[in-house]
Amino acid sequence: MGKIEWAMWANEQALAAGLIYATGGIVGVAGQFRGWQFACFGIAAGVFVCLLEYPRSKRGKGTSVERTGQYCFTVCVKAFGPLTRNYYVRAFLHAALCVPGGFMLATVLGCVCLGIGSLIYLSAAIHGEHWEPILPRREPPKRVGDSIKEPPQNPPPRPPPEHRRKKADKLEAAAYDNPMSVTVNE
Amino acid sequence: MLYTLYNYFISLQNFSNTLHSVFQLVWLGINVFLFVYFYLAFLIERYYYTRVILGHALSWARAPAACLNFNCMLILLPVCRNLLSFLRGSIQYCSRTAARQLDRNLTFHKLVAYMIAFHTAIHIIAHLFNFERFMDSQLMINSSYLPYVLSQMGNNDNRSYLNPIRTNETNPTIVMFTTIAGLTGVVITLALILIITSSMEVIRRSYFEVFWFTHHLFILFFIGLVLHGVGRIVRGQTLESVKVHNPDECHSQFETWGKNGTNCPEPVFAGNPPMTWKWVVGPMILYVCERLVRFYRSQQKVVITKVVMHPSKTLELQMKKKGFKMEVGQYVFIQCPSISQLEWHPFTLTSAPEEDHLSVHIRIVGDWTQALYTACGGDKTVVMDAWTLPKVAVDGPFGTASEDVFRYEVVMLVGAGIGVTPFASVLKSVWYKHVQENKNVFTKKIYFYWLCPETQAFEWFADLLQSLERQMMEKDMSDFLSYNIYLTRWKDAEAAHFRVQYEAEDDPITGLKQKTLYGKPNWDNEFSAIATQHPGSKVGVFLCGPMALATALGKQCFSHTESGTEFIFNKENF
Repeated sequence: MGKIEWAMWANEQALAAGLIYATGGIVGVAGQFRGWQFACFGIAAGVFVCLLEYPRSKRGKGTSVERTGQYCFTVCVKAFGPLTRNYYVRAFLHAALCVPGGFMLATVLGCVCLGIGSLIYLSAAIHGEHWEPILPRREPPKRVGDSIKEPPQNPPPRPPPEHRRKKADKLEAAAYDNPMSVTVNE
Repeated sequence: MLYTLYNYFISLQNFSNTLHSVFQLVWLGINVFLFVYFYLAFLIERYYYTRVILGHALSWARAPAACLNFNCMLILLPVCRNLLSFLRGSIQYCSRTAARQLDRNLTFHKLVAYMIAFHTAIHIIAHLFNFERFMDSQLMINSSYLPYVLSQMGNNDNRSYLNPIRTNETNPTIVMFTTIAGLTGVVITLALILIITSSMEVIRRSYFEVFWFTHHLFILFFIGLVLHGVGRIVRGQTLESVKVHNPDECHSQFETWGKNGTNCPEPVFAGNPPMTWKWVVGPMILYVCERLVRFYRSQQKVVITKVVMHPSKTLELQMKKKGFKMEVGQYVFIQCPSISQLEWHPFTLTSAPEEDHLSVHIRIVGDWTQALYTACGGDKTVVMDAWTLPKVAVDGPFGTASEDVFRYEVVMLVGAGIGVTPFASVLKSVWYKHVQENKNVFTKKIYFYWLCPETQAFEWFADLLQSLERQMMEKDMSDFLSYNIYLTRWKDAEAAHFRVQYEAEDDPITGLKQKTLYGKPNWDNEFSAIATQHPGSKVGVFLCGPMALATALGKQCFSHTESGTEFIFNKENF
């Protein structure tokens, strides 16, 4: 627990809002309600928001937990560069997208939820946060000697027996007693 | 037949799991029953004319509403932890298994919350259709159109109307914001959504404060919920009206209702009284009592008697509270008013019931713990006077199933990382029981496994194990406790150090006589070895750690339970 990263909550809220927006839109269109054009817009905006919000940002401090299968979304969102990195842009985008939802009952809930998400994003932006993609860490290729095909991953706690014997001339400097006696000529 | 059933139950390895599943099935069954019952309840005569306008959307809205009443009643109960503790204490005399169900309170709370969200969705979608249809019937101005005619009823006195939308110069959105039902509906749905998004695991585990404060929107939720039906917007024919005006016969003669010479007077409509308060008032009162109890307990004097700073960013607080009784493995909530009036944080007790004080080991990971560290003089090097230490309040203890440890002759305790904390209490208690109180302790052998990714956290626990080790050697009981510490991750530089120190008598990391082992334990071997050592006994396996380990151990218990040795798995959830 540390300083709150508002963007994390804004992300959850906006994702939920996108789903609600889209669902309201689907109901409006399926039921052929008055103002179904707004419902159509609601579906489009809701889906767009979901796609934008699905990839989680890398956290400033601590481990980031990815959503399942978010890598392809991360790549797409990353491609827009500063537009998606900056949370001010996101806050205003969400605010703009939510407005048409207020004109029809089915999408009103999505509108308000997205509006709240936009406000939390604004708070995140004011606190200086920004979106960072979570990319898989590429391990630097290990330098291996030619004679070693597969170096062991973990060093063994106990060295092999031949290295346990200390050289006789270094006996005085030995940190421990030898398990077996050592003569100068081995 | 019965014998095989019995064997099946035993082999489930954790009877309480079965009981819990039965409980959940019953709850689900009640939900389904309420849904169907109330769906059908609105298909009766009284609502004939309502259905003329709304169709089945009326039932689709009322059925989840009933389920919502039921679930909103239930959701407050699992979080009344003092009440649950009290119930647990009483039930324990009858059945420990039943008592353990009460520990899964949080799981149930979340389940009910998801059900509330699900039913809210159905309810809202159905009402979207309802609003639209009500609006339609006001707009289709045609006196040969029954819905329109129905909508004009009650225009004179504005009380016996059917259609809550009273004019055609409005739209559903405006109606929603100008009716009590609509406005409260929006408020409580928003509160619910905010509560859910801030309760997502990511947020909850990282920013507890956001989760906790937003969760208090539930107060708004319940107020709105109770007021939601006050406007009596669900309307049907009054019973007197149905007696004189039978919808089945009269609906086709709507153009001549009330006129001279007909059998059908004008129907009279009224709204249903609000029902929700009857469901939720009980739990709301219980919850208020719960908060009062917590407040009362928090006012009880707690004195910090000792503060120990462990180098591994762990703060140990020893406290005394009058009349405090605990059992092994329980946890308490601690509040420090000088840091925050509203925050209570849970910590497992690391002291044994036999000790005269209560102690917790607090890892310094966030704002609150950091502030506590500073308030207790963590950054000062001088000794602090007792009166300068901050005032704290303690609520609890709240129970988990660790006390079952003493019911087994042979016990396997597995703790992963910080999950080892409750076992500190267990080990100390077993020690006290064996040595100082000279009781005939049923537990004869403890196998303790501690899996740790890093060496730093060993500190205070290693100290405990060291002192236990010493005392056991003095009493010639070194066989009683067999512990295995596994270091599951290490850096190359550390490995070099281990390699050099391997021959030292004491372990280079913990300073204990039993060496630290590296990597993860081979559970198959461990279980087999224990089974061989203790044929014919019941071995209790206790875990405090991640789910993956729980699954692995559960499987091992199952596969190693042969004729004779029986492994019984108990998982703690903190």
